[in-house]
Amino acid sequence: MLRFIIRRVVIIIPMLFIIVSLTWALIRLAPGNFYTADKKLAPAIEQNLREKYGLNQPWYIQYRKVLWNMARFDFGNSLKYEGQSVNRILFRALPVSATLGLCAYLLALLVGITTGTLAALKQNSWIDYASMALAMIGISIPNFVLGPLLVLIFALNLFWLPPALWNGFPSKSLVLPALTLSAIYIAYIARLTRSGMLEVMRSDYIRTARAKGLSERAVVMRHALRGGLLPVVSFSGPALAFLITGTVVVERVFALPGLGNYFINACFNRDEPLIIGIVAFIAVSVLAFNLLVDISYGFIDPRIRY
Amino acid sequence: MHDDLSNQDPKAEDLRDVGSAELIAGSSLGRDAWRRLLKNRLAVFGMVVVITVTLASLAGPSVIERLTGQAYDVIPKDARMIKSFPPFRSPDGGFSWSHPMGTDTVGRDILARVLSGGQISLMVALIATLVSLLIGVSYGATAGYLGGRIDDLMMRIVDVLYSLPYVIIVIVLLALLPAKTPTGQLAQLFFALGAVSWLTMARIVRGQVMSLKNQEFILAARATGVSTPKIIFRHLVPNALGPVIVYATLTVPTVMLSEAFLSFLGLGVRPPRVSWGSLAAEGAQSLAIYPWQLIFPGLTMALMLFSLNFLGDGLRDALDPQMRKE
Repeated sequence: MLRFIIRRVVIIIPMLFIIVSLTWALIRLAPGNFYTADKKLAPAIEQNLREKYGLNQPWYIQYRKVLWNMARFDFGNSLKYEGQSVNRILFRALPVSATLGLCAYLLALLVGITTGTLAALKQNSWIDYASMALAMIGISIPNFVLGPLLVLIFALNLFWLPPALWNGFPSKSLVLPALTLSAIYIAYIARLTRSGMLEVMRSDYIRTARAKGLSERAVVMRHALRGGLLPVVSFSGPALAFLITGTVVVERVFALPGLGNYFINACFNRDEPLIIGIVAFIAVSVLAFNLLVDISYGFIDPRIRY
Repeated sequence: MHDDLSNQDPKAEDLRDVGSAELIAGSSLGRDAWRRLLKNRLAVFGMVVVITVTLASLAGPSVIERLTGQAYDVIPKDARMIKSFPPFRSPDGGFSWSHPMGTDTVGRDILARVLSGGQISLMVALIATLVSLLIGVSYGATAGYLGGRIDDLMMRIVDVLYSLPYVIIVIVLLALLPAKTPTGQLAQLFFALGAVSWLTMARIVRGQVMSLKNQEFILAARATGVSTPKIIFRHLVPNALGPVIVYATLTVPTVMLSEAFLSFLGLGVRPPRVSWGSLAAEGAQSLAIYPWQLIFPGLTMALMLFSLNFLGDGLRDALDPQMRKE
């Protein structure tokens, strides 16, 4: 177990190196740079700015600096937001995205697992069919269509909720973004739970539990859910990557000051330090989260050995 | 797996023949699967919608142009027409058939735009899926057939790529290296989307090939001196096609969604070309005043994804009866 964890932690480092190098190379290979994208500066001023940010040094020195920054997790100052360090932007934007993502994921787990379990227990009943049809609709409506539609209904016609606003947690402003983001996960988790539970309910250890004379409730809650939720746990890894993609869209639809919004703007502005900072940060979180998911298998399913 | 049919010893085959009248009548795997697919009402619904929307997208824009002279990129010359009409409205506010989905802010017919967008969305989804098929099948089949250390290494690479946040890299790629022309941008989309969606395909094909490679027909091929690439592509790949087709059908909606996502962010299809994603992005901007600009492209796309997913699920159940979750 410990060896497994160490091996996985060690492999994170070269992967991070690859991702950051690739991003940096892309920024470098792309024609143009921050100063050609924005309004034209006087040559002398541009020269001074380039000097200040170290942009006129040879490429290998700049590359070394990027890697060194990566190692210290300090990415220097943003080009666009003058005088603000990338870290400061990250730590200002992160709570927004994290709150949104976490709320959406918890909502998805709660609704998804409940629906999926119910559908599995009442297999082939109307509950089963209705919830699976709803899940398919959830998977099929893109979040950038769902979000504006929810805004149209609940904010612009019924006036129940604000259309675009960020008041942190807990507030009314969180409802629509979280709902938009979670719709597809509710659907995925409900489907995964259902198929996982259907498979588990037929397995030997459930028969044993029933033979012991446990109540149906105890069989489902204590024994079946534990095995039936394994697919949901293994989905949590990819889910984080999807959540990040999702927050990019949802933050743009609802104009929230989160990581995703900063990331897209940084890409369009060619704000090199900010792009590299955000990419590195997202990569670290995805890789770390995947590792956590893999470790958690062992605790949930006692049959798994490393 | 369905290839078990060819796998069983003759005795079992005889017994089954006695048990089932259909098998005596000689029903091929393909025909069996087709029959099972037709029994699945949701899958049939999906198939009908997919075919209808595809045909409408292919033929629609030119038909509309011939009937009314409108095209997805034609801005009307008459100044009174340059505004967004609600569905089925004429300029004087009365009922009219000319724009069943209304017009956009500069008076272009939304139906024509949705159908032209469908052409691009479907094309991107199909070609990107083909790219992913090409990479995934060759990679997976090679790894599975060669086995040993090479297989270990190749699958390790897939594991590593799996955990990369590749959407982020695609966004960086498309934002920083925009193509010179709209057509070039499309090619870039095919490549970017195909290149990131082959991983699962490679795993599936590898699994199939591993289970096939020790069978007699491969041994026979090897004994007669067939070269390794030929064994892989002429003997192994065709026999592993069932699950590949199923997975490919399920890849189409995923890729379509990714394309729409990128176009929504302004990184995908560029004007004057339109796709469902870029239409939704346009519509979302003037949502409060002209909701139909979002609703029609958005719902068309959702309907298409819904149908493709059902069709894919139905195909999986039909081709792989044992994998079926009752």
